Amino acid sequence: MTANETLSQLKQSAQPHLALEPERPQVLVGIATCANAAGARKTRDRLEQALESAGLADSVDLIQVGCVGRCSLEPLVELRMPGQPPRMYTEVDEERAEQIVRQDLEGGQPIPAWLLDEGATLGAEVSPNGHVAPGEINLFTRDWQHVDFFAQQLRIALRNVGRIDPESIDDYIAIGGYAALAKVLDGMTPDEVVQTMIASKLRGRGGAGFPTGLKWKFTRAEEATPKYIICNADEGDPGAFMDRSTLEGDPHSVLEAMMIAGFAIGAEQGYIYVRAEYPLAIRRLERAIEQARERGILGENVLGADFRFDIDLRLGAGAFVCGEETALIASIEGKRGMPRPRPPYPSVSGLWGQPTCINNVETLANIPAIILNGAEWFTGIGTESSKGTKVFALAGNVNNTGLVEVPMGVTLREIIFDLGGGVPEGREFKAAQTGGPSGGCLSAAYLDTPIDYDSLREAGAIMGSGGLIVMDDTSCMVDIAKFFLTFTQDESCGRCTPCREGTKRMLEILERITSGKGEDRDFERLQRLCDATARASLCGLGQTAANPVLSTLRHFRDEYVAHITDHSCPAHVCRSLLHYEVDAERCVGCGLCKRVCPVQCIVGNPREAHVITSEVCTACGACFEACKFDAIIRQ
Amino acid sequence: MLYQREVLDTPEWWRGLDEMIARERDANPGAVQTALIPVLHYVQDRFGYIPPKAVNHVAQALGVPTSYVCGVASFYSYFSMEPRGAYTVSVCQGTACFVRGAQAVLDEICRQLNVKPGETTPDMVFTVSDSARCLGACGQAPVMMIDDDVHAHVRPRDVQGILAQYTAKARHEMQLREELAEIDARSHHE
Repeated sequence: MTANETLSQLKQSAQPHLALEPERPQVLVGIATCANAAGARKTRDRLEQALESAGLADSVDLIQVGCVGRCSLEPLVELRMPGQPPRMYTEVDEERAEQIVRQDLEGGQPIPAWLLDEGATLGAEVSPNGHVAPGEINLFTRDWQHVDFFAQQLRIALRNVGRIDPESIDDYIAIGGYAALAKVLDGMTPDEVVQTMIASKLRGRGGAGFPTGLKWKFTRAEEATPKYIICNADEGDPGAFMDRSTLEGDPHSVLEAMMIAGFAIGAEQGYIYVRAEYPLAIRRLERAIEQARERGILGENVLGADFRFDIDLRLGAGAFVCGEETALIASIEGKRGMPRPRPPYPSVSGLWGQPTCINNVETLANIPAIILNGAEWFTGIGTESSKGTKVFALAGNVNNTGLVEVPMGVTLREIIFDLGGGVPEGREFKAAQTGGPSGGCLSAAYLDTPIDYDSLREAGAIMGSGGLIVMDDTSCMVDIAKFFLTFTQDESCGRCTPCREGTKRMLEILERITSGKGEDRDFERLQRLCDATARASLCGLGQTAANPVLSTLRHFRDEYVAHITDHSCPAHVCRSLLHYEVDAERCVGCGLCKRVCPVQCIVGNPREAHVITSEVCTACGACFEACKFDAIIRQ
Repeated sequence: MLYQREVLDTPEWWRGLDEMIARERDANPGAVQTALIPVLHYVQDRFGYIPPKAVNHVAQALGVPTSYVCGVASFYSYFSMEPRGAYTVSVCQGTACFVRGAQAVLDEICRQLNVKPGETTPDMVFTVSDSARCLGACGQAPVMMIDDDVHAHVRPRDVQGILAQYTAKARHEMQLREELAEIDARSHHE
C-alpha cells in the first residue's frame, strides 16, 4: 500500500470537528494566547451554556480554532451557516455570546453592529467554488474574500490557522494535511525534495534569510549519521508572535514539514525547541505529536512507508540567545545556552556533533504547500530576491493589531495603513520598527519602499522574524534605542567581549543622553562602538545589537540633537528632561493634582491656583494625566 | 497557586523524578545531560523554585557536578534558586507593550507592593518578575501576567484592583489552611 493510500484510509475514518461544507450551523471560537487574554475561554463557556439552554447543543457545532489574526477585536466568534457566507463577530464577551445565540442562531437575525466588516459580510454571496481543490488548501481565499482585511492578504504559512481545530489531527487530514508527506514518500527521491526546495528559493523566515534548500543540501551531503532536524520555536524577538500563532493554530503543518525535511536529509529524529513562555503552544504540540503517533504518522513506518521518524519537544527556559542556532543546540544538550564560533556549521557538526538542520516555524509551515503546489507556483509570488509571503506581527500604535501574511514586495504603507488601519486617535505616524532588537527603525520616508530581505537591509533595518511595531509621535526614538539596548545588554550571554562590553557601554551613553547629560562627542563614540560590536561579536545577537542605535541615528538624528544640545525630549518621554508647572490662569484649584501626586510636591488652597515645587517633583506626570482643565503645562 | 512547600516534598514525588531521569537515560544513552533542563522545569513546576536539595539530587542522578547544575540553572532566567511568592506577577517587557506604557504599569505594581522588580513581598504572596519577556499577546498591549492568567490592556489605575483579587484569594486559602491545621491539631489531641 502506498503512503497515499494509507492517508486516504485515515481520511475516510477521520472524524473532523470542522466540516468543509457544513450541513448544520458551526460556531468557531478563536482560542489562542491572545484571545484568552481578552477572555475567549469565558466566551466559549458561555456559548456552550447558551446553546445548551436554547436546546441547540445537538444541532449546532461549537468548535475551537486558532487565532485568525485580528487580535485587537478578540474574542472572535465566527458563524458558518449552511448556504451563507461566514460572518465574524468581534469583541464577543459573555453578554454578546448569549445575545448571538439568541438573536442570530435561534432567531436568524444577524447583529450587524458587532460584525467584522458588516456591510461586506451581509451583502456577500457564497463563493461558487464551495470546495477545496486538491493541493489548493487555502481556506482563507475560499471563505473570506468579501472582507478586506483577509482579501488583501495571501495566506500560505498561516493557511490553516483559525480554520481548523488545532487539537484534532482529523481536521488537519480532512483539509489535505499530510498529503505533501505522502507525495514525497510515494514519488520523490530525497534529492528531488532538496531540488524542489532549492528551486522554490524559500529563505529562512527566522531572521537571517538563508536559503532553506541549500541548508537541506549541505546537511544531506554529510555522511555521518544519525542526523537531526530541529524546529526553532524559540521566538524571542519582542513583538513577534507568528510562530506562537502557527503552533497554537496549526501544529501539524510544522510536524509534517519536519518529516519531509527528515526524509530529504536522512534524519530519523526531530526536536522542537519551544519557549517555556508559550504554555498553550506546548500543550497543543504535545497533543499533535501524540495523535500523529497514534495514527502511525510518526514512528517506525511513517504512513506505512519504509521511513522512520519521531519528534520530541525541548523547552526553553528564558534565554533570548538560545534563538541562535549554536546556542540552541547547547541548550538541548543540557548546557548553558551559549553560542560557539562557526564554522563548523550545524549542518556539519550540530547536535551532539552530528549533522543537524535547523529551520524556523514559519519556514517549515510553508513547506507542505510548496511540495503540493510546486516550486514554480511559489516563485511566482514575491520579489526577485525574496519569494513567497511573509507574516508580520502588527503591534504598537496601530489600529488593527494582529497577524497579517502578505506577498513579499508590498509596501509598509499597505501593511500599516490598508491592513493595519493606520495610527489611532488621529496621531501622526513616526516610525516602524522591524526585526526586533536586531532590526531598525524606519521613518515615514520609507513607507513606500517595497519590503523584502534586501530592501530592508539597505534601509538599515532587517526583516528579522517579522515583528512590526508602529510608533507615533508619543514615542521618543532615543528612548526606543535605549529600550532595545537594555534588552540586548541583559540577554547578552557574556561569552565574547565585544558584545558583553559593547552593549553595556552603548547603553550607558544612551542613558546619559536621555537624562540630559549627553555630549556632542557621544555621536562619534556611539558610531565607533556600533562598528566594533557589529564586526567583532561572536553571534548574531551582538552583530546586530547596534542596529537600533544605528538606524535611529540615521533616520532620527534630530531627536538625538534635541536631547544633547537643547536638553529637551520632543516626544515628552524622557523624564529627566521634562518640567511640569501649573498654568495659573487655567487652574481652578480643584485639588485633584495634589491628591494624585505621589511625592506631595503640589501646594495650594482650595479654589486657588496651585503650584508645583520643582525641587521635589519627580516628573512622573500623574498630575498631567489627572487634570481635567489642561492646567498642567509639560515642557 | 498557593501551596505549602512541606506538603509538596513527598517521597512519591522524588521517586517520580528518578523515574523521569531513568526514562531520559534510556531514551538518550550516552547523552543523559539533555534531560537536565526538562528536569529543572519539572522541579520548578513543583516547588516554584529550585531548592538546594533538588540541585544535589539531580546532579547525582545525572552524574554531573553540583556546580554544573547550578551553572545551568542560573543561566536561564526562567529558573529561580530563591523561594518565590505564591503568585508571580510579570509585566510583558516586549516592544509593543513598552510603546503602549508597560513601564508605568510595572512602576505602579512595585509601588503598590512596595518591592523592586525581582523581589518578593514579605508575606510571600507576590513575586514581581524582573525578567518577563514578550508573551506574544502584542495585540492586547500592555499585558500583565499573574501566574498563567493574562490581563489585557492594563492601565496603572487597574493594577490595584487586579492585585486585590489575588490577595483576597491568598488570604482565603491561608485561612482555610489554618482552619484545617486547627482541626488536625484537635483531632490529634483527642
